[in-house]
Amino acid sequence: MGQSLTIRNLNAWYGDNQTLKGINMEIPANQVTAIIGPSGCGKSTFVRCINRMHDTVPGARAAGEILLDGENIYAKDPVELRRTVGMVFQKPNPFPAMSIYDNVVAGLKLNGLRNKQKLRAAAEKSLRMAALWDEVNERLNYSGMSLSGGQQQRLCIARALAVEPSVLLMDEPASALDPIATLRIEELILELKKDYTIVIVTHNMQQAARIADSTAFFLNGELIEHGPTSEIFMNPKEKRTEDYITGRFG
Amino acid sequence: MKQNRASAGDTILRLLTFLMAVGVVGLIIWVGWEMFSSAKESINAFGWSFVTNRVWDPVKQNFGALPFIYGTIVTSLIALVVAGPIGLGVAIFLNEMAPGKVRSLISFLVELLAAIPSVVYGLWGIFVLAPLLRDYVEPWLEKWFGFLPLFQGSAVGLGMLSGGLILAIMILPTIAAISREVMAAVPDSQREAALALGATKWEMVRVAVLAYAKSGILGGVMLGLGRALGETMAVTMVIGNRPDILPSLFAPAYSMAAVIANEFTEATYNLYLSSLVEIGLILFGITLVLNAFARLLVWSVARGPKGGHLV
Ligand SMILES: Nc1ncnc2c1ncn2[C@@H]1O[C@H](COP(=O)(O)OP(=O)(O)O)[C@@H](O)[C@H]1O
Ligand SMILES: [Mg+2]
Repeated sequence: MGQSLTIRNLNAWYGDNQTLKGINMEIPANQVTAIIGPSGCGKSTFVRCINRMHDTVPGARAAGEILLDGENIYAKDPVELRRTVGMVFQKPNPFPAMSIYDNVVAGLKLNGLRNKQKLRAAAEKSLRMAALWDEVNERLNYSGMSLSGGQQQRLCIARALAVEPSVLLMDEPASALDPIATLRIEELILELKKDYTIVIVTHNMQQAARIADSTAFFLNGELIEHGPTSEIFMNPKEKRTEDYITGRFG
Repeated sequence: MKQNRASAGDTILRLLTFLMAVGVVGLIIWVGWEMFSSAKESINAFGWSFVTNRVWDPVKQNFGALPFIYGTIVTSLIALVVAGPIGLGVAIFLNEMAPGKVRSLISFLVELLAAIPSVVYGLWGIFVLAPLLRDYVEPWLEKWFGFLPLFQGSAVGLGMLSGGLILAIMILPTIAAISREVMAAVPDSQREAALALGATKWEMVRVAVLAYAKSGILGGVMLGLGRALGETMAVTMVIGNRPDILPSLFAPAYSMAAVIANEFTEATYNLYLSSLVEIGLILFGITLVLNAFARLLVWSVARGPKGGHLV
């Protein structure tokens, strides 16, 4: 099941450069929340705070609270946290030295699961959820690099799902893909929200409109507006949101 | 017209690069052939027994290369066993763990090791390493591992162990630098992929970095091995220079490169000289085969898995 997120006064820096300024936000469980905004406004930084990947960048730090079902993630072990909060990146990044199968179960093996049958079952389940099973079940032993870009991205989604997270962060997961592959990923996201809380960064507003229950607009490291997607697109409260939506800047 | 000129240029370039490639192959064959003809006398006299004969006696005109092959292989293996893990560890530390300042200082020092002339290593081996081994390390090894034939016999300090350890220090920079280079080439997206799955730092290194870079690391180790096989000066100064085959690593031995360098000027008759050249030919052959094998390995790994369970 998905878990909810509550962000309180989140600030983030790269060195002296503050990229997130006092973000407060509620992300409900089992919904798709889209993060939109112009390039460089801090979208990636924001989602990378949620699984504390931000902390792994040298010189980067964050302050504030992020509550996962009420528990502050900064009180948790980041390694544990990342098993609960999965992430899919902009560019597909399967492990090239591993087969398709090994890619999917990589996280489970890291968790210490060794039972062949359980691994096998988990791999099939994740690949089915990622809508990739039918395309790869006959060649699980092939390198992950033998897949097309869209398939590689679904492989990465399957890899993230295999460890059974409750939140899935996606940072522009379709921006490197062609329209058909993008559509498949979008369908998949709508499927997945039954079981996961999804936070997706996109610079494609149509995409946000198609898949997100709520949308948050970021600008210069600030959260300008967050509300139901239809409201953000049809009837934004903020002038700056409207300007961005209507393409007056960004 | 333009089309023609471009394709003429292409043809010339292709021809030229082809000739250069052929030239390299030709050079190898030429070197091999010249050595072969100089070694002919010894080859005719001893045949295959040259590589199985453990006696090297210029007075009786009886020449066998086995002691030198043995000494070379054993010292090189010691060097690999010691320098391989350490070099890899240094590379991992420098690339994945160390903060910026420490990183540049240590990598500077490690690379400095490669700049030290081998004769200086040899002197250091005689005056520092050998006494250290004789007085502390070898007695300790004998005390705890003396049940193995490898660690029996009198602790002299000069022998295969010191030869191997000197070589280890000498090939360490090669292994560390190349491993580090290939690790630095691993994209950060790979590291992030592992971390985002809940990998610890070490797991990230293993799953994302080492797995990705392993063919290159293997290449670095092989290059180190190549250097160890051919190294002459430092080894001859500490290995003891006795053409014996003894199981103990403490025992003196001889290496192929060392015997050629030491006895070439003393080789007073043709068969003696020819035997030395044949040793050179064998060394040449071994390094060639080793490199070919290493390349094959690197290729097969670089092609990616069809089924391996790598985690
Ligand atoms: N690794 C980094 N080191 C330093 N500055 C960074 C780094 N990543 C991003 N930034 C800066 O932080 C700001 C926000 O970046 P980011 O969160 O990636 O924006 P977005 O994803 O919305 O395009 C940008 O000004 C960017 O230059
Ligand atoms: Mg971004």
